[in-house]
Amino acid sequence: MKITHIIGIIVIVVAIAVIVSTTKDVSTYVTFKEAADMAASGKSTKVHVVGSLKKDATGNILEMSYQPEIDPNHFTFKLIDRDNKETIVVYDNPKPQDFERSEQVVVIGHMQNNEFIAEKILMKCPSKYQETEIKGTEKAGSQASL
Amino acid sequence: MIHEGIGNFGHFAVILSFISSLIAAYGYYQMSRKEDILEVNQWRRFSRAVFFTHFGAVVAVVGTLFFIIINHYFEYYYAYDHSSLSMPTKYILACFWEGQEGSFLLWIFWHVLLGLVFIFANRQWEAPAMTVFMLVQAFLASMILGVVIPGLNVKIGSSPFILLRDAMSDAPIFKTQPNFIPEDGSGLNALLQNYWMVIHPPTLFLGYAATLVPFAFAIAGLWYRKYTEWIKPAMPWTLFAVFILGTGIIMGGVWAYETLNFGGYWNWDPVENGVYIPWLTLVAGLHTMLLARKNGTALKASLILVVSTFILVLYATFITRSGILGNASVHSFTDLGLSGQLLIYLLVFTFIAIVLMIREWKRIPSADAELAVYTREFWIFMGITVLGLAAFQVLVPTSIPVWNKIVELFGAVSNVAPPADQIEFYTQFQLWFFIVIAILSAVGQFFWWKRYESAKSLNWLVMPLLIALLLAALIASVAKVAEWQYIILLYAASFSLIVNGRILWMIIRNGYKLSGGAISHMGVALMLIGILFSSGYSKVVSLNMTGLMYSRGEDFTKDDNKENKENTLLWINEPTRMDKYIVTYKGKRAEVKGVPGYVDPKLLGSADVPFRAVATNPIEKEGKVYYQKGDTVRVYPENTYYEVEYRDEEGRVFTLYPRVQKNGEMGGYAISPDIQKEPRRDLYTFVNYDPGMAGEKKEWSKPEEFTAHKGDTLYLNDYVAVLDDVTRVTDIPGIVLTSSDAAVKANIRILGKTQEYIAQPTFVIKDRMVGQMSETINDLGLRVSFLNVNPATGEFTFGVSRTQKDFIILKAIEKPYINILWIGSIVMLIGFVISIFRWKR
Repeated sequence: MKITHIIGIIVIVVAIAVIVSTTKDVSTYVTFKEAADMAASGKSTKVHVVGSLKKDATGNILEMSYQPEIDPNHFTFKLIDRDNKETIVVYDNPKPQDFERSEQVVVIGHMQNNEFIAEKILMKCPSKYQETEIKGTEKAGSQASL
Repeated sequence: MIHEGIGNFGHFAVILSFISSLIAAYGYYQMSRKEDILEVNQWRRFSRAVFFTHFGAVVAVVGTLFFIIINHYFEYYYAYDHSSLSMPTKYILACFWEGQEGSFLLWIFWHVLLGLVFIFANRQWEAPAMTVFMLVQAFLASMILGVVIPGLNVKIGSSPFILLRDAMSDAPIFKTQPNFIPEDGSGLNALLQNYWMVIHPPTLFLGYAATLVPFAFAIAGLWYRKYTEWIKPAMPWTLFAVFILGTGIIMGGVWAYETLNFGGYWNWDPVENGVYIPWLTLVAGLHTMLLARKNGTALKASLILVVSTFILVLYATFITRSGILGNASVHSFTDLGLSGQLLIYLLVFTFIAIVLMIREWKRIPSADAELAVYTREFWIFMGITVLGLAAFQVLVPTSIPVWNKIVELFGAVSNVAPPADQIEFYTQFQLWFFIVIAILSAVGQFFWWKRYESAKSLNWLVMPLLIALLLAALIASVAKVAEWQYIILLYAASFSLIVNGRILWMIIRNGYKLSGGAISHMGVALMLIGILFSSGYSKVVSLNMTGLMYSRGEDFTKDDNKENKENTLLWINEPTRMDKYIVTYKGKRAEVKGVPGYVDPKLLGSADVPFRAVATNPIEKEGKVYYQKGDTVRVYPENTYYEVEYRDEEGRVFTLYPRVQKNGEMGGYAISPDIQKEPRRDLYTFVNYDPGMAGEKKEWSKPEEFTAHKGDTLYLNDYVAVLDDVTRVTDIPGIVLTSSDAAVKANIRILGKTQEYIAQPTFVIKDRMVGQMSETINDLGLRVSFLNVNPATGEFTFGVSRTQKDFIILKAIEKPYINILWIGSIVMLIGFVISIFRWKR
């Protein structure tokens, strides 16, 4: 057997290992129900859930809680997934700065006791990259409180 | 008035650049097919003339877009969307390439410059290579064409010269005022207002552009059947591309580390992977080209690698710009409707390259002899194989969103998401690839420079192996490296460092010219050691050490509270223990043009426009007065700095100013760290949360009333206060007092825990109306207003409201030996530069 063949075989083995490990370690985009089923069946893999925030008619986020003076690393909010199922998401980190402005949110983590424990939050703020409305310049005049 | 002319001119120049690139491609194609020298020269003259027209058109497009942005023509969407009146000049450059259209334009511009150099530097290869060049240009120019094909209703490209009213025709304002021009633009995303944004994208795009040259050479070589001849002239260009692309990648890492809040320099984001993959393949290609010049063994590999690099650059462009990443990346562009065009671009060049390769494959010379183990060829092949596998390992998971799309095209549903913990996922592979690469870069160098004659010559490697073992053991014990994987990496990197150092010592005596390879390899070894320490052993300093349990729930306490105890809450002016430091948050600071360091925002009153302020008191620094009271100063309202003082056990004091940037018009916040740089480590600090910046309004309690005489002691919200004095004032900023008006100011001294505060609320009677100017002391969460004066009894009434004190939530990380990474990067780049000079002759 020529040495190039041995190397060739090693390369193929490594390449297969790469692909297998990728398919093993990849996460999936699921709904909360699927995430709960996965957690219930004992699978500990992290999943992605795409959802939108619960907002009222004027755009204020509902059922969001962050009390930094009690615990700066505890933030919870409600997310509505593709199936319109609402679930509480717990994020043990400070509240992300742009959170209020985001429309679509991707949370990465796992379900635990009917709550989704997020390790990472990806936010899509449409306005971050693209302006959606036109505003005139607001001039901040000097204010004297008389 | 809407300046329509300039936009029409710009659009015309875009169309001209597109058409001229097509004609030039045709001209060069004809030239490459001609044998007759007269005909060749005719076509050369023709093609060059068209190329220069193209060059002029591109310069005109660039110039026009600059003109529009610099003159703040906000009737143009691009200017409105990316710039604003208050933006400093240097960021005008940045907003030019912030948008997709501008970055395509930047890319086109670099191609044109490289093409110009190419025509004069590589005259023999002009015809075939420039055919490829101009074809690529045509595709790129089509991306900014912005033309709708009549009848078909297909839009090609997205023009940077589109008017705002056309871009946002749905906006209600244009229904009532068709000629409406906004007074100000929406500005550059705060995240991008940064000097790295000025230098990083052009560098990266120059790197992207430079990969076209080796590709064009490879295609020309296949086309002309000059399979080996292209290698030598392509060599300096390839080195240049490797160098520039590498510089761009490292700059991105430094940017992420120093200003973006990644908490590190590499995140394995698809956008980052998109440049890393072609860089790896080009480095591999560089090594095979070194071999291919000597004999035929590596020709096919060189062709494949050089071609793949260019295709991978196109692929990276496609995945970052087509919107396909969607949920996978936070910093990819949104879809401009160009994905189809980008896909055609990608497929056309992949197709051309593959067809040519298949046609010529049998004729490309290759060595039939079996690769012997004790040859340089063998070891370099091993090296490029590992580089290729490393690239493949990054490519596969990065392509997951593409895979999902392909599956969807066939009607099925695929919901595969990228690995949840990208850093851990990629590291577990890349670590081992780079351990092997470090070893091969040493052994390969040995075989390259020291001819293997017998088993005895292998003894040369024994010494470095032993010294590296000692060195690695020493470093591991001093720096407490315990994990076996890291110890192996340390050993491999030390071995590479020593072998390459020894070879450098050997060849440098004959001049520096051939030293590039050894130097670059040493740089890579140093980088590996730097990455090992700064990533593997970074330590969160800001653990909550107050002894206060925020919650006793299981979620909070498991894993030794690790999950959620990596941030510290700092109340203003309340020293808090954090690791071995006493840390104090001293308040928000502003930046004033012309004043070094930072300024207390209390000294700045508001002025007519947001980016100007009026000094309410003299602004001085270390005894020097920069501005007098009442002067108008230039401020940067989007930036807030947080003064955080660290005091360590030895009594050493330093202050860091982490920043939060706010973009008023566009919304959004960007966190930037501040770094205490020390030779052996960095202390990396950033503000994670500030209630004010997050848009939370302060809630004040209902005012409580107090009545006092001069000299009385008051108890304001747990604080002892003394009403020292009440004086008449004649001068209040912003108010004109006449002889019939009156104003008095109280002087209340409040004794805080660590210092005294003076509150000076004012009571004004103007035009028979009463006004109260309250004073807020943020440190104490108090607001005092002067409610009434009773001249008969000499009593004064004050109202006091309370609120929560200011605080920030801070994260601090220690990054040991990160400087080795930066030093290694510079050493590697120096090696490339030396090689470029060596190959340029």
